[in-house]
Amino acid sequence: MVMKKTKQHQSYDMKHFAQLIWQLGTSTKTNAKIDALANYFAEAKQKDISWLIALFTGRRPKRTISAAHLQQWCIELTQHPRWLFDECYHTVGDLAETIALLLPPPEGESTQSSLADILASLKLVSTQNDEAKKQFILQHWQSMNTRERFVFNKLITGGFRIGISQKTMVNALAKFTQLDPAIIAHRISGQWDPSTTTPEQLLNEEIQQTDISKPYPFYLAYAIEGMPEHPDEWMAEWKWDGIRGQLIKRNRQFYVWSRGEELMTEKFPEYNALAEKLPDGTVLDGEIIPSIEQTPLSFNLLQTRIGRKNLTKKQLQEVPVTFFAFDLLEWQGQDIRTTPLAERRRILSSLIHSLNEPALILSKEVPFQSWQQLEQVRMHSRDNGAEGLMIKRLSSTYQTGRKKGDWWKWKIDPLVIDAVMIYAQKGHGRRSNLYTDYTFAVRSDDQLITFTKAYSGLTDQEIAQVDAFVKKNSLEKFGPVRTVKPELVFEIAFEGIAESKRHKSGVALRFPRINRWRKDKTVDDINTLEDLKKMLEQFG
Amino acid sequence: MSLLKFHTSGIYCEQGNFFIDPWVPVDYALITHAHSDHARAGSKKYLCHTYTKPLLQYRLGEGIYETTEWNQPLYINGVKVSFHPAGHIIGSSQIRVEYKGEVWVVSGDYKIENDGISGAFEPITCHHFITESTFGLPIYNWLPQQKIFEEIQQWVMQNHSRQQTSVLIAYSLGKAQRLLPCLQQTGLPIYAHGAVYNIHQTLINSGHTLPMIFPITKETSPKEFAGNIIIAPSSALDSPWIRKFTPYSVGICSGWMQVRGHQRRRNADAGFALSDHCDWKGLLQAINATRAEQVYVTHGFQSVFSRYLNEQNIQASEVITNYGNEEDETASIV
Repeated sequence: MVMKKTKQHQSYDMKHFAQLIWQLGTSTKTNAKIDALANYFAEAKQKDISWLIALFTGRRPKRTISAAHLQQWCIELTQHPRWLFDECYHTVGDLAETIALLLPPPEGESTQSSLADILASLKLVSTQNDEAKKQFILQHWQSMNTRERFVFNKLITGGFRIGISQKTMVNALAKFTQLDPAIIAHRISGQWDPSTTTPEQLLNEEIQQTDISKPYPFYLAYAIEGMPEHPDEWMAEWKWDGIRGQLIKRNRQFYVWSRGEELMTEKFPEYNALAEKLPDGTVLDGEIIPSIEQTPLSFNLLQTRIGRKNLTKKQLQEVPVTFFAFDLLEWQGQDIRTTPLAERRRILSSLIHSLNEPALILSKEVPFQSWQQLEQVRMHSRDNGAEGLMIKRLSSTYQTGRKKGDWWKWKIDPLVIDAVMIYAQKGHGRRSNLYTDYTFAVRSDDQLITFTKAYSGLTDQEIAQVDAFVKKNSLEKFGPVRTVKPELVFEIAFEGIAESKRHKSGVALRFPRINRWRKDKTVDDINTLEDLKKMLEQFG
Repeated sequence: MSLLKFHTSGIYCEQGNFFIDPWVPVDYALITHAHSDHARAGSKKYLCHTYTKPLLQYRLGEGIYETTEWNQPLYINGVKVSFHPAGHIIGSSQIRVEYKGEVWVVSGDYKIENDGISGAFEPITCHHFITESTFGLPIYNWLPQQKIFEEIQQWVMQNHSRQQTSVLIAYSLGKAQRLLPCLQQTGLPIYAHGAVYNIHQTLINSGHTLPMIFPITKETSPKEFAGNIIIAPSSALDSPWIRKFTPYSVGICSGWMQVRGHQRRRNADAGFALSDHCDWKGLLQAINATRAEQVYVTHGFQSVFSRYLNEQNIQASEVITNYGNEEDETASIV
């Protein structure tokens, strides 16, 4: 018996779920969150627990009612003008919460439904007409308080990222079941349907339904904190900028999983040959990368390709995808994650060699004698289409989640450019009602040309200062975006630069963020469009 | 020519030659209430409500402070001036100004719910009404005070049962005193940060009756306040001072807590949407009651709120002022 005996209160309903979500969303202490979750596991109905696990690991229910409809019905109910609704939304930064705050107080009986009941009825209503959907929503709104409405709306609009990470969820389950977090992380991964899977089925090894597509939890690295001793105990390889993924072949079935736990098999027809040739009982870890003749292309190209519903021949020709494999997690049907890395790589290398498929290559080792020498090699990362190096201990096992000690990222310094802020928009989540999303421009003769947006990178105090500046110096008042006096200069850091026809500047940046506020510079000191073009030539 | 003007130094009455809540030193300043964004130091002479005077003396230092009671008209250079309760904090007043039949009301900051300590807001009929709009969006709807007090009491008792100290973040003038009757009912001793305690003493010394609180000094032993209640201003939140109360739980009392994002970025364990300002409905109710021909909307969501009023056929325009930087609100955006 994996799950502890549960009391299964019949009265455990939406109210308790809303209460839990509220606690998770506002508590500042991870332990308090884990306790709140463990408490819920002990008290709630089995079906609700399955859904809770699903929601917090990115398995959201299919959207059955559009956000636009929710907005419209809220506006009808409150009789506020649409522009006022929009202003509220820009201030709150969350649609579900905006609606919950605007609705008139509840009338009549409060809801008795459980989380699973509501999700089941949401599924049922999906096939009905708009009028029936509307009645369904209004009825539920009327029986709920603000917090319940917020959670209810969130279930409909999706994007259930409230308060806890997948890691916290895993730790809470581990605490409750007394199992190792790594085992939990593995069992809750892959494909499963919360409406048909009980927590018992999910977590208990004996009765766990065999899911042959199930990926292993990815081992992730932290940024290096200082070079370790004994360089001869380590290996280095390029750190690629693609989509981290696992290739899985079991029972003659083939799956491609991304790190975001998305099944992407259909997106990469290039791997079809591998589906045939890979031996059963094999799981590879690596990077999905657009490349020609083993040379990576810009990540931007992959992003546009992923975005398309149907792939054209032209795209397959222009942006072919390769799998740069760097680890072997399962071999001949055995989980070999505890086998030392050197041995895993040896098998991997011979496997790839024997397959001889252009879509699958080995992510090559970068040889080195000393850290100093490796540092020299690292300088050439961009020339190799990489964003730095990965350092891995040869004896390391394949661990679960982000761990320190055996694997490290050693990235190159970002590219930087000085730019002026010219638009600002209010943020979301904990940045609600603050101007935190900025658009930046460089100079081109006497014009300012926008080239990127950036969000993160400032301290809370700096954000407050910029927010005050925006409020005092904005030229346009309504709507989400404010045009601001071009005065504040920031250093923008980014990982790469590519040509883009969609942007006025002609360039698109990879991972742009604010590096620092250049209070020492004025708008006359910023970089020019020409500087950007030069960077494109050199690094694009 | 209008009776009150929005001057670069504040709201100015040329006929009476006085300012209301000026943000630079002037000859004669009429003060709505003692919060620092409305009452600034350096003016030659002040006029305020009797309750406000000791607070100004404490905050701005000695000076010439004339006082008046609510609903007692007086004349300044022929202009009829009277103070009326605004319900915001102790002593807070709306200032009514009348000359040749034209009536203006400067409301300062106000709320219409009677909190039992600040005086009940009095609606005044006027031609021109100057209103704040701190919470001028319909997402801001307050629960009745009693209901929020019950939530706070529950939270405090829950912390107490876990032997955690409840640190309530509240503005030292206004919210801190308003909380006391609620906290007193828990039967737990109440401790206060120096800023809260000093205001408390100032009020006691000028004759107000308030529940007992204890100052926290260097000598106060951590055993004393363990599991009990501490009231502190928001500046204490990010300071080392708060750490000596570990284990503690932080609850912020502010209208901004209505929105989750605000609460999350403040790193509060709990947020209570308890405000000394009107919510959306309160603002509309107050404005309707004045039957004003013209409304001037200041600090807050002034552009949104004045647009809404205009669409409701209430003539309104927005005015940029230097108000709206009460301690708790500046801190809340950080």
